[in-house]
Amino acid sequence: MTTKAARPNIGAIRSSFAPWNDPGTKPLVRFDGVTKRFGDQIAVDNVSLDIYEREFFALLGPSGCGKTTLMRMLAGFETPDAGRIMLGGVDLADTPPHKRPVNMMFQSYALFPHLSVAGNIAFGLKMEGLKKVAITDRVNEMLKLVKLEAYAARMPHQLSGGQRQRVALARAIARKPRVLLLDEPLAALDKKLREETQFELTDLQMELGITFLTVTHDQDEAMVLADRIGVMDQGRIVQIGPPTEVYEAPNSRGVAEFLGDINIFEGIVETFNSPVASLKSADGHFKVVDEDCPAGGATVWLAVRPEKMRISPKAPPKGTANVLAGEIWDIGYLGDWTTYIVEIGPNRLIRVAQANASRIVEHPLSWDDKVWVSFDADAGVVLTR
Amino acid sequence: MAAIAPYLWLGMLFAFPFLLVFKLSLSDVALSMPPYAPKFDPGNIGRFVRALDLDTYGRLVSDPIYIKAWLSSLKIAAISTALLVLIGYPIAYGMARCSSGSRQLLVLAVTLPFFTSFLIRVYAWVAILKPAGILNAGLHALGLPPVAVMNTDAAVYIGMVYAYLPFMALPLYAVLEKQDESLIEAAADLGATPFRAFWTVTFPMSLPGVAAGALLCFIPIVGEFVIPDLLGGSSTLMIGKTIWTEFFNNRDWPAAAAAATALLITLVVPLMLYQRQQARVLR
Ligand SMILES: Nc1ncnc2c1ncn2[C@@H]1O[C@H](COP(=O)(O)OP(=O)(O)O)[C@@H](O)[C@H]1O
Ligand SMILES: [Mg+2]
Repeated sequence: MTTKAARPNIGAIRSSFAPWNDPGTKPLVRFDGVTKRFGDQIAVDNVSLDIYEREFFALLGPSGCGKTTLMRMLAGFETPDAGRIMLGGVDLADTPPHKRPVNMMFQSYALFPHLSVAGNIAFGLKMEGLKKVAITDRVNEMLKLVKLEAYAARMPHQLSGGQRQRVALARAIARKPRVLLLDEPLAALDKKLREETQFELTDLQMELGITFLTVTHDQDEAMVLADRIGVMDQGRIVQIGPPTEVYEAPNSRGVAEFLGDINIFEGIVETFNSPVASLKSADGHFKVVDEDCPAGGATVWLAVRPEKMRISPKAPPKGTANVLAGEIWDIGYLGDWTTYIVEIGPNRLIRVAQANASRIVEHPLSWDDKVWVSFDADAGVVLTR
Repeated sequence: MAAIAPYLWLGMLFAFPFLLVFKLSLSDVALSMPPYAPKFDPGNIGRFVRALDLDTYGRLVSDPIYIKAWLSSLKIAAISTALLVLIGYPIAYGMARCSSGSRQLLVLAVTLPFFTSFLIRVYAWVAILKPAGILNAGLHALGLPPVAVMNTDAAVYIGMVYAYLPFMALPLYAVLEKQDESLIEAAADLGATPFRAFWTVTFPMSLPGVAAGALLCFIPIVGEFVIPDLLGGSSTLMIGKTIWTEFFNNRDWPAAAAAATALLITLVVPLMLYQRQQARVLR
């Protein structure tokens, strides 16, 4: 069981937190048409992005798409070739890295190997010129926050990966930055530790009230951590929105496919009477509800997530919409979920995920069984690109 | 077999010659050929061993010339090593910060002097520093008064720094080049100016390289003979020169051998300290 730690009512705060919908709110960080090239390769391509005070923003995209470069430009380690980066309304172009009120947790952690845990955390405070007593107090406070009080005197090479990650985090937040930058903060941890740390990070962010910008290639991580996700591909931001929005209402096939599994049916709009559309595809006719469907005649792609489909060994009643008949081609049992790969036509495989709600099933589905897959009219989203 | 190769090497090239020198240091001067007694006599090992004694070491301590030469050598080696760190560090740092293409060129440039004979390079310095040499010709052309550098300690320092610079710059370069760039970025990120980032991160982390370079220079400089002999003056006292004089001028082989043995023992101490420090770094 997960134990419930004492904390403010995050649910209430988080569900109402949406400064990006309020045109009166000024962003804390603004990337304005930022471009960065390395030689003739374009790493960041005309990115515009606003991040708001106290927001937890995640840049999500495949490896090499320019996430780290974008973040390093905010930290001041790379200079944009074009565009501006503003922090609290001030252009950062002329501010060197050591004067920027942001701190970064490096992907490699970049702990100073010749300094102890306490020495690492105190580093930034010393540079600020704080008094010895104030430094000691703050270091102890940080050690307590990341639960490393007993390790203050250890050297970085004497720590486990998870402990190093926490030292890096403590070192980065010790100076109370206006924005904390996290470059793949959990990538080096094993799965279980990663999941625990995800929740710790969100709690920490609420507690400190610092704006977090994280970079990750792991969609689960982005979904758990972030208030909003910016999906990146080849140097561009392709969609920005809260996790549910980018997952349930992706704006392109690329985004849909990058965030989790999805079944895509190419088809043509037969009729569209908002919000109900009828589509014709090689796999049959579909009836969908989507206000943003284009008018009749347009080529579209209907995208349906596996968990929004049902699978049954019995044919549904005649006249039911959105039914696909097929044979089970493969089964992936995950304990909590089972994924069925169903062949609905020659070389046409779709993926259906079902929660294993009962422990014992009388007639479990098996390989080569004839099955019917169906989904509701509002289960899918119509994509135009 | 492969495991004993280094020991064989050490035994042949270090332990055996050292034992010969040590045996020699326990002998006495004699008017013979070679000029010492007793000679090794496989037929009567007992009498040979009984004839060995520590008298020569007594002379080493009682005659102030040896102690003076030894102290002066340590002083010259210490100052030369300090100068080498001051000059070698910026060179190594500059090399490590270069783009990888020009780096290789610079490493080649630093090792280039090894392609000519050491002796010839020291003679080149004689040509530069002698009273009517290249240096004074240059000063004269600029309308400046000549300087008397040749045959002074200053000339010895110039020679030492010149000759040993690669031994300082290369180990420093090896350490600095390996240093993770993201540590400097982390320091900057945490508010360190480039100057403070250097002194709080780069420099402390490069100390093993400083130690390696310092030892590689200090130890041979203490025993250096050619440079003080060719560039130094009559007042330049160095133990290497003293050993040479004892051996070739005074034909006092036991005293030369004793001085060499004493020198070796004093140099083993810093070497062992260095070993300990290296072991700690590796751990
Ligand atoms: N210093 C650099 N020099 C040359 N190319 C770079 C440099 N940094 C990043 N790149 C290139 O820019 C692209 C984006 O890199 P990066 O921002 O690290 O991607 P991500 O963090 O999304 O994996 C990559 O193709 C990478 O090879
Ligand atoms: Mg990256």
